Amino acid sequence: MSSAFDRIADIIAENSEVKREDISPDSHVINDLGIDSLDFLDIVFAIDKEFGIKVPVEQWTQEVNAGKAPAEQYFVMKNLAARIEELVAAKGQG
Amino acid sequence: MRLEHFLMVDRVVSLSGEEIRVESTTPDTSPVFEGHFPGHPLMPGVLLVETMAQTAGWLILALNGFSRMPFLAAVKEAKFRAFVGPGAPLSVSATRIHDGSGYAVATARIESGAKRICDAELTLRTMPFPAPDLEAAMRQRAAAIGLSLPA
Repeated sequence: MSSAFDRIADIIAENSEVKREDISPDSHVINDLGIDSLDFLDIVFAIDKEFGIKVPVEQWTQEVNAGKAPAEQYFVMKNLAARIEELVAAKGQG
Repeated sequence: MRLEHFLMVDRVVSLSGEEIRVESTTPDTSPVFEGHFPGHPLMPGVLLVETMAQTAGWLILALNGFSRMPFLAAVKEAKFRAFVGPGAPLSVSATRIHDGSGYAVATARIESGAKRICDAELTLRTMPFPAPDLEAAMRQRAAAIGLSLPA
């Protein structure tokens, strides 16, 4: 089984104009990869389906906008992969 | 169906689980038909998409208890399989296939009689009603088309 990072990077490459080789663990999904909000919807939908979860994007966005969490915590690839793994683990325990 | 007012859904037939079925009849006359096309009136494909989107929108509104307004964000795999003219009875169905965070994805299709007219996959963003007047108008329209409302 590929890592969460690899699976998410594959999804981003399939659902946007970003090349797979341009996606690194330190890439910021929006600032570095330039994913716009509509492509991000497609990507989140694909992640939801791939991992069988519901990525709480609205909650993350609210936390960032309210200054309660840095954007990097959710939108830098290695951290996004970690959050997805946490959601998958939480689902397995639920 | 009043094309000039974008009132695409006449009445809700059923709402069960993740699926809604509605009916509508294309108008006998409309300025839209005068231009599309002179001497050969046809329902524009974009208005068929709008009809599917509104049907999916009513479904999402019903499922979220009118707490958030759906807005069309993406149309995929839209296929127009048969022409629709004035005075045609339409049966429209939509099924929510995914309930995401701040968005929903639905499939929808339109049939007329036994004829399959069109189908598509639709993505709708959902967000708190941006204006009280909009929420009031949506609730009023829901009652008019027979969509049951939460208190």
